[in-house]
Amino acid sequence: MSFVKLTASALTLAAVSATAAIARDQVQVAGSSTVLPYASIVAEAFGENFDFPTPVVESGGSSAGLKRFCEGVGEHTIDVANASRAIKEKEIKACAENGVTDIIEVRIGYDGIVFASDINGNGFEYTPTDWFLALSDKILMDGKMVANPHKTWADVNPAFPAQALQAFIPGTKHGTREVFEDKVILAGCEATGAFDVLLATAEGDSDKARHKAAEKACIALRTDGVSVDIDGDYTETLARIESNKDGIGVFGLAFYENNTDKLQVATMSGVVPSTESIATGEYPVSRPLYFYVKQAHIGVIPGLKEYAEFFVADEVAGPDGPLSEYGLVADPELVETQDAVAAEATMGGNS
Amino acid sequence: MSDLSQTPAHPTASHSSLLTQSERTKRRNAAEKRFKAYGATAIALGLAMLLVLVTTIVSRGSGAFQQTFITLNVELLESKLDKNGERNIEDIKRVTTFGYAPLVKTAMQTTVEGLGIETSLKAKQMAGLLSKNAVAQLRAYVLENPHQIGETVEFRFLAQSRVDGYLKGRVSRDSIANDKNISAAQLDLVDTLIEAGVVEKTFNLGFILGADASDQRPEAAGIGVSMLGSLFMMLVVLALALPIGVAASIYLEEFAPKNWITDIIEVNISNLAAVPSIVFGILGLAVFINYMHLPTSAPLVGGLVLTLMTLPTIIISTRAALKAVPPSIRDAALGVGASKMQSVFHHVLPLAAPGILTGTIIGLAQALGETAPLLLIGMVGFIASNAPETIAEGLLSPNSAMPAQIYEWAKRADPAFYERAWGGIIILLVFLVTMNTVAVLLRRRFERRW
Repeated sequence: MSFVKLTASALTLAAVSATAAIARDQVQVAGSSTVLPYASIVAEAFGENFDFPTPVVESGGSSAGLKRFCEGVGEHTIDVANASRAIKEKEIKACAENGVTDIIEVRIGYDGIVFASDINGNGFEYTPTDWFLALSDKILMDGKMVANPHKTWADVNPAFPAQALQAFIPGTKHGTREVFEDKVILAGCEATGAFDVLLATAEGDSDKARHKAAEKACIALRTDGVSVDIDGDYTETLARIESNKDGIGVFGLAFYENNTDKLQVATMSGVVPSTESIATGEYPVSRPLYFYVKQAHIGVIPGLKEYAEFFVADEVAGPDGPLSEYGLVADPELVETQDAVAAEATMGGNS
Repeated sequence: MSDLSQTPAHPTASHSSLLTQSERTKRRNAAEKRFKAYGATAIALGLAMLLVLVTTIVSRGSGAFQQTFITLNVELLESKLDKNGERNIEDIKRVTTFGYAPLVKTAMQTTVEGLGIETSLKAKQMAGLLSKNAVAQLRAYVLENPHQIGETVEFRFLAQSRVDGYLKGRVSRDSIANDKNISAAQLDLVDTLIEAGVVEKTFNLGFILGADASDQRPEAAGIGVSMLGSLFMMLVVLALALPIGVAASIYLEEFAPKNWITDIIEVNISNLAAVPSIVFGILGLAVFINYMHLPTSAPLVGGLVLTLMTLPTIIISTRAALKAVPPSIRDAALGVGASKMQSVFHHVLPLAAPGILTGTIIGLAQALGETAPLLLIGMVGFIASNAPETIAEGLLSPNSAMPAQIYEWAKRADPAFYERAWGGIIILLVFLVTMNTVAVLLRRRFERRW
């Protein structure tokens, strides 16, 4: 019976291909969607210039990428995790539990986070305080913490137009969210004095615990729909702004620079975001970008070390390379990173 | 019967006439008319939506099939590409694409000067009109033809996405006011180069045949390789789902005893057909990749996952087709001495084949458009592999699929990718419409009614 034969041959084919699949010969990368464009630019150039196959780069967010990275050692796990924030102690522990101990941390450069709105709308000149007053769950009013009553930007700061408050910020699985909380909301919290009030009433056994509790209370954002978490990519944020012209979105600098015909960027503390102002440190909201390499995979997965070295090579990640052309702020300490990658220096310095 | 005319049983009937409508008939006719109008409106609305959808897709996506090219004569300088002059391929390979950038820059400058165009632009800005893909194209050519080093060769390079957008009307001098990728002076140069015939927009075969490209060169991205990925996945689905599905339904329909176990199986098959596809993706990740250690991002795994998804569709349609074959055929076959198996495979199955085929094609079309399960097995992302050369490579080397590629493009920052996403949708729709048409035609051609 032909169907029986066909089934048998199909199953054999599947079995044969499964056994042939033992060796993977391309580098597998996953993680931050902010790092994705840079990683794909490098992967493409790597495939063109080396005899290794082009690495596969997936996105999904820093946390998701690191989670997959920490799943274990072996060809069915990824080799490199991209992250728009440094790996956390918790994640290193989770990694170690699954046998991923030797991790090489590679800092590729810096990226700015910008606040942008519709090109035909109002322009803004923000300070972190404005954002705290606009989005925080509770703000300081007459010495007391009260639920945030602000409805328009004019309520927040009389210098602003009376435009309805609407912000599209990255969801919690994005590394960008943490930077936003740290450098904008928390900074605003401290500047308005709300932090001190929260610290005075914070509960905890030690100073450190109280400090942490106050910080956590600071970054609690209002949940009445004014602040919308975007779990997808910046394209989703852009689409939201296009449909709601009052919206202000949080973007990566590179994304904004590719969409200058649709977006206008706001200044932060009086500084216009650009690769230059981020490199000099004038623009306050920036963060380093990383990727993490499993040392155990070097020598097993062909091209992994070459990929890592190529990523941080002068002609790629340097100030005149394609990455900074796309919007990455080159790392002034790139040489040290190159040396560390060449020496396969793992985190914790045990190599 | 004589008293019928004197005292009618139905007084209303005597007043009614075929020529004048009674109140009640009028109401009933009006209700029918209204219902017809509702139906017609619904269909008209549906058609209008379809029209809007198709025009949007075509108007936004057709641009992807055309691309702007710049023709340049490039001198392949020996001093840059092969310093030893030995034409040793290893030596030539050592020059990376970054080493080719000066050649392209010089070529652009000589072309502009050769045409006698006055411009204030520097050589680097002139070369900025070209795609970043130009150096890769040049290096690939030199590695293939090392004997041509030292000669001047004519190349057709892609123009960068902003220039391409300018020729397609997507980019204007207003929209680039804040753009650091291109300046108004560069667009002026493009205008003069168009007149000189150096810059031209032609049909873009690269989009249909090419591989994905990184965020910096949307102009070089193509859907061809992911099309192959989809093809290999469909092969796996066909090779596994069709025989398994047909065998399962033949057994269930013709051989299996009717008891509570088969009832439970039946209910569960219908349930499986309704399970969201992402669930199959999670299953595929757990079983095929984490447990069986099959490679990630491989069309084989994608095919296996989609097989699970398509099986219920195929089983349900096959069982319906088998049921439609009248019992008299079976009885006749059994009556002349055929065994149960002979009656099924010689008589019932051939008669049910058109129905099975239609169900399979529709199942495949459904699987072809599926993205969600692929998300979890690593087939969505930047996967710019070359076209596979062997079947094993096609099944195992990382690849994307058409819907996954479209999703990936729609996420990217550069608006030029957006156009390509719509272009990809056109190609995907062409495939789906073709498959569904084939299914309908097969049914029309071979279906038998009893």
